[in-house]
Formats: sequence, structure tokens, C-alpha cells
Amino acid sequence: MTFALVVEQILNGLQLGTMLFLMASGLTLVFGVMGLINLAHGSFYMAGAFVTATVTATTGNFWLGLLVGVLAAGVIGIVVELLVIRRLYDRGHLDQVLATFALILIFSEGTYMIYGSSPLFLSVPQELRGSLNLPFGISYSRYRMAIIGMGILVAIGLYLLISRTRLGMQIRAGENDREMIGALGVDIKTLYTLVFALGAALAGLAGSAIGALQSVRVGMGEPVLIMAFVVIVIGGIGSIKGALVGALLVGVVDTLGRIFMPLTLVTFMPPSQAMSIGSAISSMLIYIMMAAILAFRPHGLFGAK
Amino acid sequence: MTSLQNRLNPQTLLGGLVPQSREHWINVVLVVGLVGAAVLAHFLGERFYINLASRIAIIAMAAVGLNLALGFGGMVSFGHAAFFGLGGYVAGIAAYHAFNMTPVLGIGFMPEGTTQMLSIWLVTLLVSGLLGLAIGKISLGTSGVYFIMITLAFAQMMYYFANSWPNYGGEDGLPIFLRNELPLVDTNHHLTFFFVAATLLLISLWISQRLMGSRFGAALTMARMNPVRLATSGIDPQPVKLVAFVISAMIAGLAGALYADLNRFVSPSMLSWHFSGELIVIVILGGVGRLYGPLAGAILFVLMETWLGGVTQHWQFWLGLVLLGVVLFARGGLMGFLAGRSKDV
Repeated sequence: MTFALVVEQILNGLQLGTMLFLMASGLTLVFGVMGLINLAHGSFYMAGAFVTATVTATTGNFWLGLLVGVLAAGVIGIVVELLVIRRLYDRGHLDQVLATFALILIFSEGTYMIYGSSPLFLSVPQELRGSLNLPFGISYSRYRMAIIGMGILVAIGLYLLISRTRLGMQIRAGENDREMIGALGVDIKTLYTLVFALGAALAGLAGSAIGALQSVRVGMGEPVLIMAFVVIVIGGIGSIKGALVGALLVGVVDTLGRIFMPLTLVTFMPPSQAMSIGSAISSMLIYIMMAAILAFRPHGLFGAK
Repeated sequence: MTSLQNRLNPQTLLGGLVPQSREHWINVVLVVGLVGAAVLAHFLGERFYINLASRIAIIAMAAVGLNLALGFGGMVSFGHAAFFGLGGYVAGIAAYHAFNMTPVLGIGFMPEGTTQMLSIWLVTLLVSGLLGLAIGKISLGTSGVYFIMITLAFAQMMYYFANSWPNYGGEDGLPIFLRNELPLVDTNHHLTFFFVAATLLLISLWISQRLMGSRFGAALTMARMNPVRLATSGIDPQPVKLVAFVISAMIAGLAGALYADLNRFVSPSMLSWHFSGELIVIVILGGVGRLYGPLAGAILFVLMETWLGGVTQHWQFWLGLVLLGVVLFARGGLMGFLAGRSKDV
């Protein structure tokens, strides 16, 4: 267990965390402003990845693919909001869960119909291949580093958007009192559509970026979606700050747990047993952390009340 | 207290539950239809359809369990697959150790598994009840979306654990080589096994009905509709909900044990969040808070799965569209359509 390994794993954790933040910020915004729980958020992640992979394969330009993927996810978000989600704001959480569960089925099977069941391949762009030399003799993947950088930029961008712009002001007002800002003449329907599309585009961005690291396939959004739920529950639903802290916490704990749990257990257990118990426990670690946090703070770390 | 009793007259509050009118007859038709279909399939020698009927009965039973929490108690649990899968693993692990003659969980003083369904069921009820108590205790501290997500997270925890724990097959699952046994009857006989499943389904329906017709049921209904008012009348809503959640978990767990024996196989997919989602779908398709709604929903769901799945490989796409249509436009579900709107929901 060298110092370099530890740093590398922490960076991996941060990379997972920033990606989770992209997913969780959209989910938490949509919940905070519209009070909607959206299970189909992972579908936008998948849509972004598929469009990026297709466009990159046809044009040969990853950056164009990324741009089109993000825009496509946003546009799909707008369409879904107009057709379905809009009807769910006044409904209970049960109806929202069911309708968005139905959307998952439709999106997943629809993608199967279009692309078939074999995964698509998306490679890391030329400029970001290879690794970066960091101080202390540590080297780290350029592309993963770029994802961390992008996550930081998005976090700053979201912060500025919400605290400095007119749209952000309306979003904050919407979180506090939906009826009131409608009464004050803000076009609340358009605001909702915009917020939903923003969330979808962020999910699409996450999917596009991760598509180059993993295979692009149907169902790729689901594990990420559930981790993003853990993130926003830990951070407090509706809080962007909570989503950021929760995402980094979950990313780092999950990544480090998978590496170091078996290594720790091996010190007082036979190796084969330590490997199996260690991997079993580490796969549950973030859920245990979530249960522990909720036992003491039922509304998450930064939740209201 | 008197005013509570006046207000909570079971006849008016539980209009959908007390056997009467059209809904009562539809309930009878559903049960007789299912049993009749299985018997008919037996005489036609169609084993596939007998097993399909058993599958419907078992899935319906799990949904009856969920309906108690979700429909009657208003607790939107997105993690009932945890109990269903746990029941499945109890059956699978018991049979595995009985087959290998090794102590359960590899712990020296534990018994060497069992192939007796009665003991398996007893253990299943016990462990799924305990798990329900633990999950319910933590989850009921929260409400709304938090409750949905925490129950989901607990089920995911079990799912990942089953996936990465290699002793019982890990992601490959665990086969049950010989179906577990009951005294006096031959569980390997397809129709007999169907009757075992149908009997347990009817018992769980009967328990639900007795519960919801009792003072406890009235309190649970009130805990869903107006917890503050229930508390004002001197009943703390939390323990009432917790008990309902635990019973609900036990019924779902027992269904899981049967399901593992039906397929002679248990795998982490029984714990997956897709299954939790499907259980909710079944309860909603049937009609929330209707006693026989889960049975109607399970019949509809399994038949759709079989029929659409035979027509197109992409049947889930159409399931999604149907479900979306039901949620957006037909809120009473199948029972609402067949038996009119419930006075209660």
C-alpha cells in the first residue's frame, strides 16, 4: 500500500464523485423546485452516452459528439417534461415513481429497439489519452483528470447560475414558494421546463463523459441513478451544496472501500475469506453510511428542517 | 375515543373491504378463475400453464404483502424485493446445506439445513419479520421521498451483498436441486404445488382482510389519511405503521420462499430494484388499497408478460406505455375499472 496508490484511489474517488454530482445536481434541483422524484434521470444519462457515441462514430470528432449528446439529452428532457412530467407535479410521490418507472421501461426498451443489445464503443479523445505526471512520482489518467476538472467547472457554473442570475433567483424562489412566484408573474411552466432540461443535460453530460471509460449500453444509467439517489439523500434533497458534498463523500468512500476493505481485513483473516467478505461489505458501504447519516439527521446533511 | 369509533365505522371507512356488491363478486371470480385455470391446465396436461398459475399466485401474495404497507398504510416501499429475495435465499440456503450436509452459514453449531417447507417458512417469517423491523424502524423515522429512497437503498444493499457474497453462488444464483417437501403431499406434483401456493395466497388475503377489518386496520387507515388526528385520539401512528410494515415484510418473504421453490432457483435478481418496481406496478395496476387488487394486478401483469413477451421481445416497452396510461389517466387500476371507484381511496 504505497502513497501513490492511495493518492490514485482518492483521485478515482473524486472522479466518481464529480460524475455523481452531475447526476445528483439535476435530480436535487428537480426535486427542490418542482417536488418531483424522477427515476428516469438515468435514461438521460444513457441517452447522452448513446448520442455521443453515435455522433463520434460518424463524424470522428469526440467534442462534437459530446456537444450533440448533451444537447440531445436536454431536448429529450424538454419533450419528456412537456408530454409526461408536467402532469405529475400535482400528483403524489407514488404516481411520480410509477410514471417515471414506466419511462425507464420505455427508454430502455426503445434504445434496445434502435441500437440492439450489443454495447457501443466510445474512445477517449486523442488529446486526453495517456497519463499526467503529478508531483511525488504519481501518474494519473489525463481523461479522468479532465472529468474532475469539468465537474469543478460545472459546480462553479451552477453556483454562479443559482446565486447570480435572474433564472437562479427564480429557481431559489421556486424552492421556497411555488405558488407565490407564479402569482408574482413568473412564467412558472417555462421555468419548470428549463430546470428539468438543465437537469437532463447535466445527466447527459455525465453519461457522455463516462461513456468513454465504460461501454455504452442499455441499463448503464441505473446503477448510477441509484448511487445518485444515495447522494441526494445524504446531502439533503433539494440542496445543491448537499449534492456536492454527498457526491464527493459517496465517490471517495465507495472507491476507497473497494480497495482498502479487503486489504484491511487480510491483516486478521485468511486472504480468500478477507477478499470475499471485504468485497461484500464494501459494496454495501455507501448504503450503510447513508443509513447511519439518516439515523442522526433524517433530512440529510444539508436538508431543510 | 367515542368520536373516533363513530368516525371510523368500518362499514363506511373500509367500504372496499367488507365483502359486498360488485367488488365481492369480482373477487370470487378472480380466485375461482385462477384455480379453475390451473385445474383445467392440469387435465389438458399443460404443465406450463399450471406453473404460470402458481407464479401468479406467488407474485400476487408478495403484492398482497406490499399492498398492506403501500395501499392501506400509505408507506411507499420501493424495497420489498429485499424481503422477497430474503425468503428465496432462506429456502435456497436451507436446501443447499441439506443437500451438502453442512451446517447453515458454515457455523458449527447450526443445523445442517432442511428440506421441510414448514421449517423453511417458519424461519422465513422470522428473518423477514426481523429485517422488516430493522428497515421499518429506520425508514419510518423519515417520510415522503426519503422513505421511498431509503427502502430502495436497503434493498440495494441486500442485492449487492448477495451479488458479491460468493458462498451462495454470488451473481450466478443458487440452484435448489430438489424442491423442498411438505408432510403428506407431493410438492413436485405441479397442481399440488399450485394448491400450496394458492392456499398461502388465500391465507394472506384472509389475514389482510381480518387486519383491515379490525381496530388495528382502522388505526392504520387513519395513520395514512391523517396521522395528526390519530395521534390526537391517543394512538401513536408510528408503532401502528411499523407493525403493518413488519407483517407486510413477512408475507412478501414467505412468497419469496415459495417462488424459489417454484423455480428451484434463487438469484440476486429476486432482490433487484426492478422487482420492487414491478411489485408496486402490480399493486397499482390492480388498484391501490383494494383487498384483491394485488391478485387482479398479478394476473394482469403475468398474463401481459407472457402474452406480450410471446408477441414481441420488447414487451416492456408496451408495459411502460400501458403503465404510463394507467398512472396518468386511469387512477383506480383494474379493480377501479371493474368494480367502480373505492369509497376509501
